[in-house]
Amino acid sequence: MVGIIAALVIAMFVSVFASSFPDGLEKVAENLGFIDKAEQVVPESAFLIPDYVFGAVDNELWQTSLAGMSGVLIILAVFGVVYLIYKAAGKKK
Amino acid sequence: MHIPDGFIDLKTAVSTAVVSAGVLAAAIYKVKSYFKAKVIALMGVMSALIFALQMINFPILGGTSGHLLGGALAAIVLGPNAGAIVIAVVLIVQAFIFMDGGVIALGANIFNMAIIGVYGSYLIYWLIGKISKKRTIFLISVAVASWLSVVIASFFAALELGISGTYAMGITLKAMVGVHMIIGIGEVVITVAVIAFINKIRPDLILTRERSL
Repeated sequence: MVGIIAALVIAMFVSVFASSFPDGLEKVAENLGFIDKAEQVVPESAFLIPDYVFGAVDNELWQTSLAGMSGVLIILAVFGVVYLIYKAAGKKK
Repeated sequence: MHIPDGFIDLKTAVSTAVVSAGVLAAAIYKVKSYFKAKVIALMGVMSALIFALQMINFPILGGTSGHLLGGALAAIVLGPNAGAIVIAVVLIVQAFIFMDGGVIALGANIFNMAIIGVYGSYLIYWLIGKISKKRTIFLISVAVASWLSVVIASFFAALELGISGTYAMGITLKAMVGVHMIIGIGEVVITVAVIAFINKIRPDLILTRERSL
């Protein structure tokens, strides 16, 4: 489907051009001086792909690119599981 | 505008999480009534697409960036109930896999972007759609709904920061809404482009065009 290809292309190739400026909320937090209130409740090591950096490769562009690809595939997998449950439930009826 | 942990206090995090969970449960219940293989596939693709589009931070004035939230996009294609679920899935994956948005603040982020952003924008879209079904009016309703979804979400994010005592309410509201009025323009451009594209190649995929969901 066009949508899946578009999602993969955007996540893998367009994402590397993304601006690294702070986003609206971060900027407001910086300007008003409460950015330091941000806490790391769960240690960074507990996350699979922290900050969209795919750690298994060294190249920065690939780190972003593979992070994007992983995200798209993880989300598709979530809905794939939903689909399987839906089908299984349909058969029982 | 993914709120990190530490920006909002526990009472705000818990109360928004409870409301979010309730609304999402109701949304799942509603979506089940028109659940078909096609709807699940479309939800999956929209969710993946919005995740990808959210990665694209575009620069705005003053060293700030913004990115798509996708609430209006999801709501207009899938209806508000399926749309809310789709955005919630994106936010959950971002919080637990990508460290984007706090884990304790997840309920608040879902509340702002997946609930307020989605149902709010759908309401505007639906109201304008009452006037006429013409293509121009349709695209105007998409533009207005997507701009407002970002602005309302930022208003609620600021409200939560204010209630938490993170910073003075009035100033936070003014700053957050101000910057998101500009970021919202990016949301409009992307949302209108994607919707106009889908409307051209596969108008049947915009589920809200024919009936209300």
